[in-house]
Amino acid sequence: MSGLSISRRGLLAGISAVGASAALSACGAKTGEGSSTDAAGASADTSGSTVKVGLLNSLSGTMAISEVTVHNALLLAIKEINAAGGVLGKKLKAVSQDGASDWPTFAEKAEALIKDDKVAATFGCWTSASRKAVKPVFERYKSPLFYPVQYEGLEESPYIFYIGATTNQQIVPALDYLKKQGLTKLYLVGSDYVFPRTANKIIKAYAKAKGMTVVGEDYAPLGSTEFGTIVNKVKDSGADAVFNTLNGDSNVAFFKEYKSSGLTAKSMPVLSVSIAEEEVKSIGTQYLQDQLTAWNYYETTPGAANTEFVAAYQAEYGKDKPTSDPMEAAYISVYLWKAMVEKAGSFDVAKVKAASDGITFDAPEGKVTVDGASQHVYKTARIGKVGADGLITEVWNSGGPIKPDPYLKGYDWASGLS
Amino acid sequence: MTVILNQSFTGISIGAVLLLIALGLTLTFGQMGVINMAHGEFIMTGAYTTYVLQKSISGAGVSLLVALPVAFLVAGAMGALLEWLLIRRLYTRPLDTLLVTWGVSLMLQQLARDVFGAPNVQTHAPDLLTGNISMGGGITFASSRLFILGLALLSVLVLTIVLRLTPLGRRIRAVVQNRDLAEVSGIATGRVDRVTFFIGSGLAGVAGVALTLVGPIGPTMGTNYIVDAFLVVVVGGIGQLKGSVITAFALGVLQSVLEYSTTVSVAKVIVLVAIVAFLQWRPQGLYTLRTRSLA
Repeated sequence: MSGLSISRRGLLAGISAVGASAALSACGAKTGEGSSTDAAGASADTSGSTVKVGLLNSLSGTMAISEVTVHNALLLAIKEINAAGGVLGKKLKAVSQDGASDWPTFAEKAEALIKDDKVAATFGCWTSASRKAVKPVFERYKSPLFYPVQYEGLEESPYIFYIGATTNQQIVPALDYLKKQGLTKLYLVGSDYVFPRTANKIIKAYAKAKGMTVVGEDYAPLGSTEFGTIVNKVKDSGADAVFNTLNGDSNVAFFKEYKSSGLTAKSMPVLSVSIAEEEVKSIGTQYLQDQLTAWNYYETTPGAANTEFVAAYQAEYGKDKPTSDPMEAAYISVYLWKAMVEKAGSFDVAKVKAASDGITFDAPEGKVTVDGASQHVYKTARIGKVGADGLITEVWNSGGPIKPDPYLKGYDWASGLS
Repeated sequence: MTVILNQSFTGISIGAVLLLIALGLTLTFGQMGVINMAHGEFIMTGAYTTYVLQKSISGAGVSLLVALPVAFLVAGAMGALLEWLLIRRLYTRPLDTLLVTWGVSLMLQQLARDVFGAPNVQTHAPDLLTGNISMGGGITFASSRLFILGLALLSVLVLTIVLRLTPLGRRIRAVVQNRDLAEVSGIATGRVDRVTFFIGSGLAGVAGVALTLVGPIGPTMGTNYIVDAFLVVVVGGIGQLKGSVITAFALGVLQSVLEYSTTVSVAKVIVLVAIVAFLQWRPQGLYTLRTRSLA
């Protein structure tokens, strides 16, 4: 299988190299020379009347439940931008690649987007494992990736723009909220990969400094559906609340088991950081009602920009389709890139990066500002509660956008983390 | 005490799931010696059958009950078709059977992806099966797990009765024990093979219905369970119903005890190491079939 796809890709690279060198000898104006070993030769092709942008999401596998919606939101933003005249007078052409919930596939497809399609920018990835897998690829080819999902922080790649929340815009405010509610004994449940493990390291450091206790910690393999024992352990632990960093379909099995064991949002609330409106719908509202979530955006967030976004999304994909935080971040990431390109007056990656600081956008979640130094975004933290209709309503917010601090340098208790 | 009781119940319910997914395989792999890599996709077929029925029949409880026989028939028919089209031509070539059925498994996964879409889907459990039964003192049994346990035990019972007491079962056992002698005695071994495959695949379909109560339904769900199913059959002893039943529950309880005292990933490692060690000591599995054949 993989042998076949590699050889096919090699063939494609070969064909495009031949094509590129033919074009070079014919007119001598092509910028993207085809030598496949030369990283600089993979620079974006922006010479035509259209510009290609890459969309890299899992359209199949265990993460597809979440990532397909992000893909849809990206397509919507591109369609709107094209309808309004494109970027610097050029129409955008989306090239979609399926990461298939498999991290090496993500790296392979990222390389194909940059080298074969010569995209000007790439939008996508969900799990931190997939981001870590593609990071060296984007750094090697000096091509920008716009990452739309909340993540565990402790990372600043010069070629990644982090449009989702970092820890001090999501996990830290969520802990503040739990502490304020008097829920100080926590049980940590997560999927077994980089985001939950790093997030829980931060939670434990916070708990130690602020007088909270972590009474248990368990990880299930990504895609696992057997939660009987973990739920029994949670039940016996005497915890006040569960901090849930499970990703993808495991949430379905976890909440089914949670409910059948008799635990409820009243007796032991679960605060989830990877469950948004779309997941609520597919897990089933009956299992999630009154449980807590931490995000920066909900479908119910007030404001004209959000009303327009929700209406546009539902007109495109159906009345019953909810919008969620990662979708909103994906949607605004295309607009933020557009604003950077227009400020720079060029698609050149170095110029776009230099222009990024201070870019603002009137987003559905409220006004966001790009912090050029960290390539993160100022965002407002919002804690929500799942309602009977499957929508999430805000119960608390941070009062205003929080400055991104991916390394938690502004927090004394986090000094031991790196 | 509460912990021990709750954990044993969890272990037994893990065992019930293992038993259900392995039961069909004890027939096709165990009795017939066919390594059917597409067995997991028959589980998937059963799960999607439940999903489709729930879309057309409104009540969650009714559709679940209807799904059990329908999934058995649908998955069984697919199994019989696979046997008739491909496997019967490959009975003497086990390695080719493995590769061919693996190819079929990939095709079925892609088919499901095209028909139902790549994202996983869910069914809604009837209200009766989303709660739990409290035994007092903090001991609770999840009703969905009790249902799966009951279904697994019922399947074993029915299969035992069919194999032991019916003419069909007698013919199946005759073909398994000595194919040539059965054939000269006038048994149409080809037809018996097809029926055996039908039952084995149908049981995978029933397992698929049960799994909709536990987790999501997706094109690759079968691959998540197929390894566990083969483990149960190999450890239990090839072709031994008794062995599979004991192994499934033993592995379930072992897994849950280890998960409780260590972590999920460590428990998985220890269970696999234990299985390897066991098979070193007893390569033929827990039980073996005693025959007079020279082979």
